[in-house]
Amino acid sequence: MSEHAPAIKLEAPPVELERPRLVSNNRGLGEISDQICDVIERPTPLWWKICMLPALTLLSLLGAMVVYLVTVGVGVWGNQHPVMWGWAIINFVWWIGIGHAGTLISAILFLLRQKWRTSINRASEAMTIFAVMCAGVYPLIHVGRIWYGWWLFPIPNSNGIWPQFRSPLMWDVFAVSTYFTVSVLFWYMGLIPDLAVMRDRCKKFFGKFAYGLFSLGWSGSNRHWRNYEKAYLILAGLSTPLVLSVHSIVSLDFAVSQLPGWHTTIFPPYFVAGAVFSGFGMVLTLLIPLRSVCKLQDIITVRHIELCCKVTLTTGCIVGYAYFMEVFIAWYSGSSFEKYAFWNRAFGPYWWGYWAMIGCNVVVPQFFWFKKIRTNMWIVFFLSILVNVGMWFERFVIVVTTLAREFIPANWGYFNPSPVDIMTYLGTFGLFFTMFLLFLRFLPMIAICEVKAVTPQADPHHPLGGAEEGGHH
Amino acid sequence: MARTRPFALLAEFEKPAHVMHAAEKVRDAGFTKWDVHTPYPMHGMDAAMGLGNSKVGWFTFVGGVTGYTTGMVMIWFLNAVDYAIPIGGKPMFSPYGAFPPSYELTILFGAFGALIGMLFLNRLPKWHNPLFKSDRFKKVTHDRFFIVIEVDDPKYSESATRELLEANGSTHIEIVED
Repeated sequence: MSEHAPAIKLEAPPVELERPRLVSNNRGLGEISDQICDVIERPTPLWWKICMLPALTLLSLLGAMVVYLVTVGVGVWGNQHPVMWGWAIINFVWWIGIGHAGTLISAILFLLRQKWRTSINRASEAMTIFAVMCAGVYPLIHVGRIWYGWWLFPIPNSNGIWPQFRSPLMWDVFAVSTYFTVSVLFWYMGLIPDLAVMRDRCKKFFGKFAYGLFSLGWSGSNRHWRNYEKAYLILAGLSTPLVLSVHSIVSLDFAVSQLPGWHTTIFPPYFVAGAVFSGFGMVLTLLIPLRSVCKLQDIITVRHIELCCKVTLTTGCIVGYAYFMEVFIAWYSGSSFEKYAFWNRAFGPYWWGYWAMIGCNVVVPQFFWFKKIRTNMWIVFFLSILVNVGMWFERFVIVVTTLAREFIPANWGYFNPSPVDIMTYLGTFGLFFTMFLLFLRFLPMIAICEVKAVTPQADPHHPLGGAEEGGHH
Repeated sequence: MARTRPFALLAEFEKPAHVMHAAEKVRDAGFTKWDVHTPYPMHGMDAAMGLGNSKVGWFTFVGGVTGYTTGMVMIWFLNAVDYAIPIGGKPMFSPYGAFPPSYELTILFGAFGALIGMLFLNRLPKWHNPLFKSDRFKKVTHDRFFIVIEVDDPKYSESATRELLEANGSTHIEIVED
């Protein structure tokens, strides 16, 4: 403790170079707390009750379908020869892909110092966790004899045998369970200071107790912030390779097999880009109505929505490039099976799926080149839903077209989902929206402390932060 | 029967620049048992308090190494030793096939290392804190800034310390009891 470095003095940029403020209307530190906590503190709003009703109905539907599946067996799904992987894997990949945007926002944008992430990272991380829960339903229930689900994990059993780690499906078990756990840890750590905010505001005994318990006695101490920020940085640094690996490993479930249309090296990056693309679609679908009904337009500004649109556009272009490259490689490979697989996708019995995918994933994001469209909330909301529709069709096309027509024409078939498939899928929306609505009602949906930290009022070198010298404006 | 022993001097500030400036003065005066409480992590405050780098990284490192080793050793033992499954003449153990699960375990254990390391270094959870007895201190999560100097600090003297904080812009000073 002998030498003390002087505090860092940052020169403020000239006015013309200053970026638009992340929080509109110059809200102060306290006002940010008030606005965000108001969503939780006001009496249960009508829109919340109206949304909760269908969510709970669909959740019950999921419960009923799972019970039916377990009682009768996996034959209630449409999976049959030759398509033994049907909607279960499609929906699994779709949900887990959606989760990826949350981690991208919380981890990768943090490492890239994109300060605008602070307004949307909490809700996106929650989206990640709930989407991974919906995804996790499928591997658990698809195994047939569900009571042997624990055989997925290396737990000693009376047969004395172990999981087979040469299979990418085992890698998937580790990737997805690690992804879920680390996402929850990261989310919870981000919540600790905000739970302390809630603890100090809450008037009711039970709320005070619960928020106090989970905020672990946080007191805003700078000695604590020092370790906290380091741990946050490390978790962001760990989540970045994690999120890239999760969808890569999911893609290896396909790519490691020998089937035409699956056995390609482009799959890992292509799956990751598609995951981020669909995830940003879902972020937009959720945040556009939320910022209006929760009156958070000052914190989730139009600029935030625009930036999300730009990420969607970028990843949409990567996905479009991957579609093109797949077709090119199929032709260039000279393999008649590969060539047929792609011809069959576009012009075979599932042509509608392929062109729905191209329309929603390649054409739709091109609208985001235009500022007029990016700033029109109704259009962005509509397009964001199309993005998720398109990404569902992408997984459908990959899974079903390849399995339905692989090498030997005698083995060909046509896949039809059963009503149970459809209702189970609808049911996962019930799980997702029930969890998300509960999250909105009981936890701060925006990272209060992180938003405060990016305002000029929080900057000790800014006039609004009380600085006398240093600022030029 | 509550004990009424003074614990610390609690000085409130309204602006981040004021608390940053005051923290530099408290640091230069040579106090050791003191802290700054802020609603958000303030950049430059570590330097203003004279704090070095955090040690959380070491916990992550140990966690990560443990995770990777666990993965590799576990897969080698399960699939090559305890119950070997010969498939197509492939080697019983290959680091390539074992890598993806080990990689995930590296991240999993590293993440637990980061969170647990952070909590351990901060001595959290700690639900009892004398500062929580002060009503004004509730504003620390809202929009106020506080400097806390403990009475156990060797440099502490009630009048001189209070003067130092007042002279550097504190708007309200009180004594918190243990």
